[in-house]
Amino acid sequence: MIEVEDLAVSRGGRTVLQGCSFSLREGGILAILGRNGIGKTSLLSVLVGTLTPDSGTCRIHGRAGYVPQLFNVPFSYSVMDIALMGRAAKIGLFGAPRRQDYAAVRRLLDMMGIADLEEQTFNTLSGGQRQLVMIAQALASDCRVLILDEPCSALDYKNQGIVIDLLHRLATEHGLTIVFTTHAPQHAIEVASDVLLIGGRESFVNGPVETVLTAENLTDLYDVRTARAEFAGSGSFTFAPMLRQDRGDVAP
Amino acid sequence: MSGLSRRLGTSPLFLPLLSGLLVAAMLISVTIGRFDLEVGDVIAILWSNIVPASDATWSEMSVTVVEQVRLPRILAAVLIGFGLSVSGAALQGLFRNPLVDPGVIGVTAGAGFGGTLAILLGIGGYGLLAIAFCFGIASVVVVKFLASVGGRTSMLTLVLAGVVISAFFSAAISIAKLLADPFQKLPAITYWLMGSIASVNYTDLLLLCIAIGPATVLIYLLRFQINLMSLGEERAQALGTPVGAVRWTVLLATAMISAGVVATSGIIGWVGLVMPHVARTLVGADHGRMLPVCGVIGAIYLLLVDNVARAATTAEIPLGIITALIGVPVFAVILRRLQAGGGWRND
Repeated sequence: MIEVEDLAVSRGGRTVLQGCSFSLREGGILAILGRNGIGKTSLLSVLVGTLTPDSGTCRIHGRAGYVPQLFNVPFSYSVMDIALMGRAAKIGLFGAPRRQDYAAVRRLLDMMGIADLEEQTFNTLSGGQRQLVMIAQALASDCRVLILDEPCSALDYKNQGIVIDLLHRLATEHGLTIVFTTHAPQHAIEVASDVLLIGGRESFVNGPVETVLTAENLTDLYDVRTARAEFAGSGSFTFAPMLRQDRGDVAP
Repeated sequence: MSGLSRRLGTSPLFLPLLSGLLVAAMLISVTIGRFDLEVGDVIAILWSNIVPASDATWSEMSVTVVEQVRLPRILAAVLIGFGLSVSGAALQGLFRNPLVDPGVIGVTAGAGFGGTLAILLGIGGYGLLAIAFCFGIASVVVVKFLASVGGRTSMLTLVLAGVVISAFFSAAISIAKLLADPFQKLPAITYWLMGSIASVNYTDLLLLCIAIGPATVLIYLLRFQINLMSLGEERAQALGTPVGAVRWTVLLATAMISAGVVATSGIIGWVGLVMPHVARTLVGADHGRMLPVCGVIGAIYLLLVDNVARAATTAEIPLGIITALIGVPVFAVILRRLQAGGGWRND
């Protein structure tokens, strides 16, 4: 469970967020949307505890695990090496992974269906596999809250689906509370229970997906005309942006 | 990454085998030189220090050559090779950059200037160690300060800051040489800077042990934290690493090693840069497995190089020259390989 109240956050001497409040129930999934540089990652850093807010409170029940944006590591670590690093808090300053740490990580990789990757070199994996390993690393800390920065941004549709599926499973089957940022409203529609739209330094819209995620709100958020599109006959829907400003004559 | 070398490296017997190889190389090294010695005699002479021999079959001269001439030098090569390699590996992990070594981040030049200053002022022994150490640490602090922008350390600015600081201390060394008495202190400074362990004695060895022993133990204890730091400081912090404490402990430990090496033996470059790559190829990147292997391989390497330095020609070749002659082409190959693999991120 997460409760954030009247948060003010600055980065590099500049206030990026002011008066940000929201809450998320246990087992809920919150999707955060907003333009580049609006402060989404800074907000995640506050939730994780690596950035101290200027004012306001941020209460998280249980340990928070963090999955950063996709990156390469500088050395040829194996998948096991990378996932074991998630056990840091249990291993201690001068320690090294013990038998039970290996066992815990193996169980995790197995649960996520990537047990066969254990010995492979992390940097040789595909983007989707690397993202799963990074999620395994965060989960290895026995976190109750999982915070992900654009978990699908560098992935193709298939791999986006795998990650979104996993998030759904983690919330419904394992009761994890999940917060993630994204630029694709589709991710929020398919997996989130709540949405936080960050429109500016003091402009936040927060609430359940059904009420907050509308074509009007997304049009305002990105300043790009966005239309709601239904999948014929299924009742499912998505949002489609009109990226070129000069095509104003086309009706949504 | 070759499959065979990796399979060899992951065997639990690998480190003991490697250590055995080091001991064998040390014993054989004692026999190398113009005074002829047999390995059996060497072992017997060394053993007689523990259990006094009743029937000594060797001459007094042999004892002197083994214990006063060759052994200190061999022990120094092993200690220095071990220390420099471990410190290079730790720094590469800390800065998440496989092209970093104590030279790149300015410690060596700083400590070199400290030592030069000490010689210029007529200070030797522990005073020289202290001054070299202080300048080594100071240069790391300045480099880290120059390279950190808004709490983040960029790899490019780090290397540039290291270049700047190294250039500054090189200029300072030149000034010191200019001021030095050309008949006594100038040659002393020049030969000392080239890096040599030809005149190492047991006092120097004690200095080396003090500088390298605790520092390498400390680095090994932090092996798992160095893994975390190599993912980036923010990531490490999110996973629970006390980032500041680990960063400064590792920096001080590596500066201690470099300062100790520079103080006793001058500037011996490239060992700390190249050996971690060899170790990673053999046992993978995890610092728990890699650091000990890296240290032992570095010890064997520097021992072999020193054997070449003292036995290849009648005149002694300074060690620093040979390590550079070998290290530079190896470095070029590593650089090409990293480029081919899509930049240094893909080791």
